[in-house]
Amino acid sequence: MPPTEQRIILKFADQPGYANDIECYLRHGGYEMLHKAFDMEPGDICHEVELSRLRGRGGAGFPAGMKWKFLDRKSGKPIYLICNADESEPGTFKDRQIIHKDPHQLIESMMIAAYATGTKLAFVYIREEFPEGALILEKAIEEARAANFVGPKILGSDYSCEIIVHRGAGAYICGEETGLIESLEGKRPYPRIKPPYFPAVLGLYQCPTIVNNVETLCNIKHIIEIGGEAYSHIGTPAATGTRIWCVSGHVRKPGYYEFAGGAITLGELIYDVCEGMRPGRKLKAVIPGGSSAKVLRADERFHGHLKDHTSFDWGLKDIPLDYDSFMAVGSMSGSGGVIVLDDSVDMVEALANLNAFYAHESCGQCTPCREGSLWMKKITSRMCSGEARSEDADLLVSISKQIEGRTICAFGEACSWPTQSFVAKFKDEFVAKASEAQSQATGSENGDRLI
Amino acid sequence: MRILDLKPETLDRVEAVIPKYPVKRSAILPVLHYLQADLGYISRDTMEWVAEKLELEPINVYEIVTFYPFFREQPTARRIVRVCRTLPCALSGAYKICQKLQTELGCTLEEPSEDGEVAVEFAECLAGCGTGPVVMVDDEFYENVDESKAEAIAAKIKGDKVANSTETSS
Repeated sequence: MPPTEQRIILKFADQPGYANDIECYLRHGGYEMLHKAFDMEPGDICHEVELSRLRGRGGAGFPAGMKWKFLDRKSGKPIYLICNADESEPGTFKDRQIIHKDPHQLIESMMIAAYATGTKLAFVYIREEFPEGALILEKAIEEARAANFVGPKILGSDYSCEIIVHRGAGAYICGEETGLIESLEGKRPYPRIKPPYFPAVLGLYQCPTIVNNVETLCNIKHIIEIGGEAYSHIGTPAATGTRIWCVSGHVRKPGYYEFAGGAITLGELIYDVCEGMRPGRKLKAVIPGGSSAKVLRADERFHGHLKDHTSFDWGLKDIPLDYDSFMAVGSMSGSGGVIVLDDSVDMVEALANLNAFYAHESCGQCTPCREGSLWMKKITSRMCSGEARSEDADLLVSISKQIEGRTICAFGEACSWPTQSFVAKFKDEFVAKASEAQSQATGSENGDRLI
Repeated sequence: MRILDLKPETLDRVEAVIPKYPVKRSAILPVLHYLQADLGYISRDTMEWVAEKLELEPINVYEIVTFYPFFREQPTARRIVRVCRTLPCALSGAYKICQKLQTELGCTLEEPSEDGEVAVEFAECLAGCGTGPVVMVDDEFYENVDESKAEAIAAKIKGDKVANSTETSS
């Protein structure tokens, strides 16, 4: 028997007959938590979120309660709340499910968060490639406004708040919170440098701003429902609540699966939940947290100490699904996008594919990233067209090291880590490309073309 | 004020969206979305119109149109087929599907079909990685696109064109 999911965020999403309209949501207890929250003091709601130890689900895993606590409330400037629905990290497709199937869960949670933070105007920044999602959200917001859950004098109180659905226009960098803010201001989405531009102090229009991911925000209503303390007992102390893991690539049953933090291992996810590899194929590698996360080899062993000083000795399959375990093995849980590669994959082609993505998406603000991501793309593409050179592997690593740590935002790391980890862990394949080039044999014999 | 040949509803949407934002400039993306949906692309004239509307310099609009991949400065095919090429979709055969769609629709990644009706493009991650390869035809989303589904998509696009031309001629 595969491990059973613990669905909190996706509880209703795939239930037969569950629709995304407000009537259905109300029949399932919808907006009761908004009522409950309005009977609480805003500060107490923030306290509950802090107690829950909820961590961001978008990539960095930053504690949401702390993000809220950093809000500059003394400036007297308006406070803004932005839901980051710019889901673009390759391998990640959870926000799409929430927005399409249960939009009111997001809106109710956003309104609780808005009330708690004193926000009068909230935004959902949704990527252009979700046109249907944007329409669904707009309709849901209209329904919520008609029911007095959004808009003026919510639930008869003196508190008013609007939500604007703001569509992007095809740029991955808008998922970076300060790039998103620039985009929302009507500018090129060039990320801002921190310090001083921490959104909680100098965000949208230089006002205090909270930017939270869709899945992160959806947790808020559930924290109000059971209380922060009780919520913190779901999962492990450093990975509270549930997480939606998105599995793609070479497994028999790809999909999105919700489990409590640390409840299962990567092996259970791949082999039990996703029913393992296709017939005749073996696991080769896993990119565990969206395409920026460092790749892990199927036959690697990981030793070391966790934050609580306990030692570990894991194979790939033994890694528990939580933030700190993936950090401990030198990668990250990132956005929860698990990309599974089997033994048909040519790793140089796979990296060339990712490098093409990053070269396309670099915003161009910082020279090391703008130029470096393009060079890494050109080199790996050339390697895949029969022109690999023996020095390419080292050259790639050298370029990536000149990007990492030298850019305004984390895109620099995001585009360097795939190259660094692919070359470090599959160097034989990069070296072999050069000798293949001399013997004119190129490309993977049995896998799908990746570039 | 410059005059653009817009549908009345486009103008209504533009007028309605601007005051929603605390700062006019923030409305630039929605305004450009509405205009591109109506006109098919964003010309220099359109950019100047937007600049006047939002009290910006034309360069402020130009830098947006040239940055975001979704906005087009030139007219393009009436139908756009976007095939996700990023790793999870590629692992599921997206490159093969893209080739198939080009063959079926009589176009290449560089050139739209001869009648200017349809263009096939590669897209970066469309966030449908669990059901790859995924394809968007204008705003419509298709999952698990194998060869036969690609044929069906192409047939539907061609069918739509025939239906459209019959409507126009009748």
